[in-house]
Amino acid sequence: MLEFAIKASRGNFHLQVECSFASPWTVFFGHSGAGKSTLLRLLAGLDSASDAWISFDGEVLSDVRSGIWRKPGSRHTALVTQSAALFPHLSVAANLAYGLRNLDRKAQAGRVEEALELVGGLGLRDRQPRDLSGGEAQRVALARALAVHPRLLLLDEPFSALDGNASDALLARLQPWLKQTRVQTVLATHDAADAIATSSDVALLKEGRLIGFGPAADVLAQERERLKARLAGL
Amino acid sequence: MDWQALFLTLRLATVTTAILLALAIPLAALLVLGQARWLAALEAVAALPLVLPPTVLGFFLLVILGPRTAVGRGIASLLGHPLAFSFSGLVVGSVIYSLPFAVQPLVAGFASVDAALIDAARLLGAGPARIVYSLLVPLARRSLVAAAALSFLHTVGEFGVVLMLGGDIPGATRTLSIVLYNQVENFDYAAATRTAAVLLGLSLIALIAIYAGGRPRRGRHA
Repeated sequence: MLEFAIKASRGNFHLQVECSFASPWTVFFGHSGAGKSTLLRLLAGLDSASDAWISFDGEVLSDVRSGIWRKPGSRHTALVTQSAALFPHLSVAANLAYGLRNLDRKAQAGRVEEALELVGGLGLRDRQPRDLSGGEAQRVALARALAVHPRLLLLDEPFSALDGNASDALLARLQPWLKQTRVQTVLATHDAADAIATSSDVALLKEGRLIGFGPAADVLAQERERLKARLAGL
Repeated sequence: MDWQALFLTLRLATVTTAILLALAIPLAALLVLGQARWLAALEAVAALPLVLPPTVLGFFLLVILGPRTAVGRGIASLLGHPLAFSFSGLVVGSVIYSLPFAVQPLVAGFASVDAALIDAARLLGAGPARIVYSLLVPLARRSLVAAAALSFLHTVGEFGVVLMLGGDIPGATRTLSIVLYNQVENFDYAAATRTAAVLLGLSLIALIAIYAGGRPRRGRHA
């Protein structure tokens, strides 16, 4: 279970969110500037907040008041963003193995293989990042995050370079594995269709505040009607 | 040609460059990755030799490393000789004098590495040291070459610090710049021209190497 109470400011933008996610798959839905990326970076430990308490599976990851702060690499948390951020001087396989230093070579190769297979990228193993398309790079970035076997997976619109079909197919491959390996996933998106398609709990974020939380059908009822109206008008 | 001075100059520049890179890589990484407010003061101190007259720097070092200070006496008792007027003293002076020429290209190079890559490495468990050697150094290798070349050349050409701190001891502190100064003072312009040509040639070759390495590669189109 992911629980957090965060207060943070970035210039004129103020984020104040308190929530707990128990379901294996939760969606942060909000339009651009709602604070989704800021929140995910705080949960991953990449940024600091003026006041934050973050706990995952009973383990406190951040607590500003008590001076507790676990480094990003020791939170068992992965974050995949729109920017694939592949290390340009390393091959795809070396990118995936970057976070697997503690394993021997054979175990590393196994994890690399497993992660690439999950994202449908086995053929990309020996390629260089510069030779990948945007969609391929995002698959590899996702595979790199999965290779370390995180317990909490944070996805910040990571499929933006994939077309709808490819994105759906990737999600369909990914969800059973995440369920089987008990990886709790939080997906941030501004696309209502994505949020509705995953049939998960949705946390509705607006201007840095949580304004709704519950099943997608309830929380995104308005968005659903808007989408329907748009489709009907086509 | 004063071969002894030439070899001493090259030895001084090589040793200084090696020490400078060992110091400047972690220092530049700290300046780029660190967020503490005191880092601005550290950056200013590291850049000070750029604006300080070399003779002023040489004078301060001469005083600090001389027998009148506790630092100077401590070093003398440790090494068995004072640092002033010795090759080791010249190395210390050269490292301080050329520090900004190593640090500044590295800071620029490290700062140009995409922050998203550093975030990705942190999320994958890399600590600061691993981020430096596995990401910053390989991705900013042109800046590393520039830092090495500039440090080497700046040391080859230094005069004020060498004269103040090392004097003119053949085989120990007499570098090519001092030889050139002596030749001009003795009106031996032919020898001075040869010495100056060597200094000019060294600088030109190194700069051509830097600019050739830094030029963007254009695609070959028919």
